[in-house]
Amino acid sequence: MEQVAEVQKSLREIKTRGEFLERFLKLSLGFWALFAGLLFPILAGVILLYEARLAIEKFGFIHFLTYTNWDPVQEDFGAATMIFGTVVSTLLSMLIAAPVAIGIAIFITELAPNWFKPIVSTAVELLAAIPSIIYGLWGFFILAPIMATKVEPWLQDKLGDVPLIGKLFQGAPTGVDVLTTSLVLSIMIIPFMAAVVRDAFNMVPPIMKESAYGLGATKWEVIRQVVIPYTASGIAGGLILSAGRALGETMAVTFLAGNNPQIPKSLLEPFTTITVALANQFTEADTDVYLSALYYAGLLLYLVSFTMLGIAKFMVLRLEKRWKT
Amino acid sequence: MSRKTLRKLFSNFMLFVSFLTAAYGIFWLFWILGSLFINGFKYLSPELIYLDPTPAGQEGGGLRPAFVGHLIITSLATIMGVPVGIMAGIYFAEYGRHSKFFMTLRQITDIMVSTPSILMGAVVYAVLVKPVGHFNGFSGAVALALLMLPVIAITTDEMLKLVPKELREAAYALGAYKWQVIKDVVMRAAKVGILTGVLLGVARIAGETAPLLFTSFNNNVLTFDLRDPMASLTVTMFNYVMGPYHYWHQQSWAAAFILTMGVLLLSIIARVLLHRNLLEPLFYIVRSITGKKGG
Repeated sequence: MEQVAEVQKSLREIKTRGEFLERFLKLSLGFWALFAGLLFPILAGVILLYEARLAIEKFGFIHFLTYTNWDPVQEDFGAATMIFGTVVSTLLSMLIAAPVAIGIAIFITELAPNWFKPIVSTAVELLAAIPSIIYGLWGFFILAPIMATKVEPWLQDKLGDVPLIGKLFQGAPTGVDVLTTSLVLSIMIIPFMAAVVRDAFNMVPPIMKESAYGLGATKWEVIRQVVIPYTASGIAGGLILSAGRALGETMAVTFLAGNNPQIPKSLLEPFTTITVALANQFTEADTDVYLSALYYAGLLLYLVSFTMLGIAKFMVLRLEKRWKT
Repeated sequence: MSRKTLRKLFSNFMLFVSFLTAAYGIFWLFWILGSLFINGFKYLSPELIYLDPTPAGQEGGGLRPAFVGHLIITSLATIMGVPVGIMAGIYFAEYGRHSKFFMTLRQITDIMVSTPSILMGAVVYAVLVKPVGHFNGFSGAVALALLMLPVIAITTDEMLKLVPKELREAAYALGAYKWQVIKDVVMRAAKVGILTGVLLGVARIAGETAPLLFTSFNNNVLTFDLRDPMASLTVTMFNYVMGPYHYWHQQSWAAAFILTMGVLLLSIIARVLLHRNLLEPLFYIVRSITGKKGG
């Protein structure tokens, strides 16, 4: 009898210990999940907001957004120049990157032989793995001089006299300008865009494509009329996702933008973006208002990129849901 | 020409265009890596690693503080970021799978992967640098750890998703507790995948500059004290490229070469671990040469 009681007792002990560990593990794991997905994003936003409070009080919202003067000496700040620069460089890089990324996705999913696919995929993914400061260094030392001496004079020569478009190519070509920045940015975001679009293309059920082939469609017609319409929301998601990336890109842009707080009149003029201003001026900000204005710009960047990435995520998820059920 | 051949021609033309876009992407990769190799290799020297920087303007010297600082900051960030990220990832995969709330949190974590890294620097500056009054190496490591956390959490979640449900059910049927299932079954099955995630996370933060600019800052002197400003390769490169001296530019090329090789090596190892079929082309070529079928 005693032995039975002992065994029962130790069994109970094992059970309570097991259950304790169970609860402990769930709580500690859950806390970090909560931290990663909720506390950390909110905390980051709150800290940015708190640090920006001085500038928010002083400059307001609409005024800060539309005012083009950025004068640390007079402590008179408006973020219009850097917001404009961020938006323009992002849009331009999207314009260059989108067709290329879709082309790469088509090549990988439809065209490349099976053994060649991983090579192209990996090569494109390696582009994403190169640190952004390397893009900056390479762009500054290698690409910018070529742009300044060869590409930009050539563009001016060919397009300078065309009405409307010609205006975009005026000014002295220096290589440190909107065009070079957008080109380098576009190279940096191609991998992200191509990866999302490729995954979307892969989700199209083979039967959809096969029935189009059965009707006598050519490969391009299948891509154009079956694959692309059915993955439209995935493609859009990929585009917005990479726009969100381009918005926050810092180091490459810092080298190539020229850090000139003005609204560029042509593609060949230096400009600035929110990230460039942060990287260059943060450690120099000697007054509270100056620092606070930089935090204000950072807060705007945080909110915009978070929203854009959220929308992109939603669109990609919608596509996934459609195909999974 | 009949309509049919026209359509076929157009189709082939468009496919050729898509081939050109792939070539365009790879062209940039080779150009960047090529110029890194040529310039980086030229200026690579052992002095770079074991000498301290000379006073500005004086030729020679090396980047010892930057190499040491980079190693310290990156390892410390890895030590802080990896366990936390893995823990969050396990929760998302094992407990939160059926909870709408935690699935939303997972999506938010995924969004945090892409938030501008410079903002992490700004946030950490407000918490760990401003109150202390000076830049310090520890804050740099925290900024990188925060950057790494979502990456690790998401890859861990993805990798645990790949573990078949039947494995878990078999363990439950033997009367295992959930923590036992996680520790002895799921983690064991997914360990290669999680290692891949860690490698990718390290590769991601090793090349980061922006979050370090105003947290760990820069230092011309070798230091092991985390309370001091600490040099890192990336921040040093940032200052050197913008600087006026030619030998600074040469040293940053060499540093860029070493950094890129390290980062690319990490991501290539991670990819080979993950999809072993990456080596498939090699096998294919070997097979076609030896003329053997299968393998």
